[in-house]
Amino acid sequence: MRATSRHTRPFSAIALLAVGAIALTGCVQSERGTDAGDGDGPDGTFVFAASGDPVSLDPAFASDGESFRVARQMFEGLVGVEAGSADPAPLLAESWEQSEDGLSYTFQLQEGVTFHDGTPFDGEAVCANFDRWYNFEGLAQSPGLAYYYGSLFRGYAGDDDALYESCEATAETEAVITLTTPFAGFIASLSLPAFSMQSPTALAEYGADEVGGTDEAPVLSEYATAYPTGTGPYVFESWDVGSQLELSANPDYWGEAGDVTDIIFRVIDDPNARRQALEAGSIDGYDLVAPADTVALEDAGFQIVPRDPFTILYLGFNQAIPELADVRVRQAISQAIDKEQLIAQTLPEGTQLATQFIPPVVAGYNEDVTTYDYDPEAARALLADAGYPDGFSLDFNYPTNISRPYMPTPEQVFTNLSSQLAEIGITVNPQPNEWGEYLNRVQNTEDHGIHLLGWTGDYNDTDNFVGVFFGAEKPEFGFDNPELFAALDEARGVADLEEQLPLYESINEQIAEFIPAVPLAHPAPSLAFGERVESYPVSPVNDEVFNLIELAD
Amino acid sequence: MLRLIGKRVALLVPTLFGLSLLLFLWVRSLPGGPATALLGERATPERVAEVNAAYGFDRPILEQYVTYIGRLVSGDFGVSIQTGRPVLEEFANRFPATIELTIVALIVAIGIGIPLGYLSAKYYGKAPDHIAVVVSLLGVTIPVFFLAFILKYVFAVELGWFPPDGRQDPRIDATDVTGFAVLDGLLTGEFDASGDALMHLVLPGIALGTIPLAIIARITRASVLEVTGADYVRTARAKGLSGGLIRDRFVLRNALLPVVTTIGLQLGLLISGAVLTETVFAFAGIGNFLADAIFRRDFPVLQGFILFIAILYALINLIVDISYSIIDPRVRVQ
Repeated sequence: MRATSRHTRPFSAIALLAVGAIALTGCVQSERGTDAGDGDGPDGTFVFAASGDPVSLDPAFASDGESFRVARQMFEGLVGVEAGSADPAPLLAESWEQSEDGLSYTFQLQEGVTFHDGTPFDGEAVCANFDRWYNFEGLAQSPGLAYYYGSLFRGYAGDDDALYESCEATAETEAVITLTTPFAGFIASLSLPAFSMQSPTALAEYGADEVGGTDEAPVLSEYATAYPTGTGPYVFESWDVGSQLELSANPDYWGEAGDVTDIIFRVIDDPNARRQALEAGSIDGYDLVAPADTVALEDAGFQIVPRDPFTILYLGFNQAIPELADVRVRQAISQAIDKEQLIAQTLPEGTQLATQFIPPVVAGYNEDVTTYDYDPEAARALLADAGYPDGFSLDFNYPTNISRPYMPTPEQVFTNLSSQLAEIGITVNPQPNEWGEYLNRVQNTEDHGIHLLGWTGDYNDTDNFVGVFFGAEKPEFGFDNPELFAALDEARGVADLEEQLPLYESINEQIAEFIPAVPLAHPAPSLAFGERVESYPVSPVNDEVFNLIELAD
Repeated sequence: MLRLIGKRVALLVPTLFGLSLLLFLWVRSLPGGPATALLGERATPERVAEVNAAYGFDRPILEQYVTYIGRLVSGDFGVSIQTGRPVLEEFANRFPATIELTIVALIVAIGIGIPLGYLSAKYYGKAPDHIAVVVSLLGVTIPVFFLAFILKYVFAVELGWFPPDGRQDPRIDATDVTGFAVLDGLLTGEFDASGDALMHLVLPGIALGTIPLAIIARITRASVLEVTGADYVRTARAKGLSGGLIRDRFVLRNALLPVVTTIGLQLGLLISGAVLTETVFAFAGIGNFLADAIFRRDFPVLQGFILFIAILYALINLIVDISYSIIDPRVRVQ
């Protein structure tokens, strides 16, 4: 009974520690009860769960969705996107005019706009940005960094094919941009955050183009990590890498100020964790809700906001596989697939059935394209005709443990399609791979059969879909079709959108007859929000700026 | 003693050198390199080649290794491909979070594990023993990932007692001094920030601490049982020493020896367990970052982080050996 304090040290110290920890959390708990919640007046802080950190705060050096989401709050381009659509609309440029020869564009700029650092936005600033992109050197040109400028403007100063020729500030609110060859997608492409207008002063001051480090590993500039300076409704506050990024309302914004006064992007990379964070009230919303979660969240009183699909999910054929080189086999597989059933069972609400490789809102969509409706009888006949009356077996590659906007649950799509193919006698050998390995195998090697892949459009441009998929010979599809390649090349070079339309309509028919892949669906990605979010400016191309969010008081 | 330490440190060098080579080859054998991960759906063979050339991944592997070692020796761990920041800086940013989490997990594991094991031994064969055995068995068998998920669902989502994720409430504007959120709040007087950070540590700490807790409890139980039956304890008892004195001086002190070894080993495991726990709780520590780096094939980060953890592991082992000699005088004599 008698415990001498001298000798009880190790035991009691441990016990004390444990008790202390429990007591501390206990008193914190009671404290939390009083100050959590938004009791004190309307709370303009909007917390959004991002799936990862932005790669770079300088949108010219980014191409990923998380970087662009953040960039859209801080930056604006000459061209924006019409609300709820994918069509280009005036933003920092009030209007523009294309020259007769289709090579020059004269932009009339908004008056009285300044960058966050006070630098005026004018013709000079526009030219400074274009000249900056054109003159990227060394590592900055790597597709890992200036991906969009490199691929859309086809090269930099000194490259023969480079599209950009010059920019001239003809007046304070006027800039003329001249290209070397016609580019019909020019205006639409400028709506990409990669072509946002950035303050020339800040770019220079914080060495934005100094992509330093060793040649093996570029180090982002000071600008891209801490000093992004645009004209947008929010200004950069802080970035705690791996954890959160904060923006606050720009008091001098030329446009409309909104209900949201502060934005916090919290990094929560696990999809389940994002859902739970919303349920627990630690965030206001998140993107890419898993189809399986939508009903449960809606029942619990959360709002699900679907986007109009700007996506395509396809089942690709590798024509290096002898059986798949036969168009009859490709057609048979097309006819073996019941897309409606696939969509109902594995894809989110709002998903549209695909007949071609562009969603209906994109220019060049062909209403009368040849389709292969579900008909297993006809499919079996075609297979017999092609010399496979008893079917055959085929590798089916699909990625695991990944969720893309166009493919929330690849495993489910795989299972569904496999059983459909079995009905016409095609036995699939499942080839699951983890995402990185999967992409490498499907895109860079011949070692794959049929496979699942897709795309989320960047901006309203047909070439951004069909040109990307079928514009050149690729190991992914393993075919050489010079006629198709030439048609796509020709359409890309036409400067006038009206003239492009019939070309793309015919290309879509050409593709439908050649069947390089089966267009399955245009899945609709959705967002989820808590109760206090009254409306969210949903956009098919993710052009969602948070000053347009309406919050309940 | 110093010689012992010196010898152990010297032995570290070849170990780490071999490890660096293995690591280097391992990350490069991961299918689909960083370029594919970086470019995603846009990874055409040409673009992949361009990115590889830009980062030097197209050079002969031996050349890459020599460059890597050269830089490593001068303390340069390289730059993360994904974030464009030096690996060491990334590490320094995230390490405090993981240390905090590990400390809480250790407090849970030791604070409950040792008393549990001791009680179990004391009431050997009786009800408390059975309960403790079942608890520790459960603790070992539940996967960290699953436990984390359940804890979070029950205590954060359903009951709302604890925050579901992160290190701190995003709305709290805490001053960053050392990177240790709890400590920072105490230093700057922002006690609510400290408390909030602590609240964020409870669930992940319990999730991460449960397996070591169970293991420590079992080892303590076995060890106490063994020592209690030892001759010198019987002798002490025969001499009429008080129960408390026997427990503290003879039983616990001797029984703790294997427990300390176990704790040391668990510390290493805690860091790997942190990968899963941090992912579930979106906790911005090194575990979460490492998981992401594997997914994105961020070679420099993988190499740097794992090497760093290996060094840490070796150091922990060294500390365990030293603490041995403090607890057990016999070791000192050697």
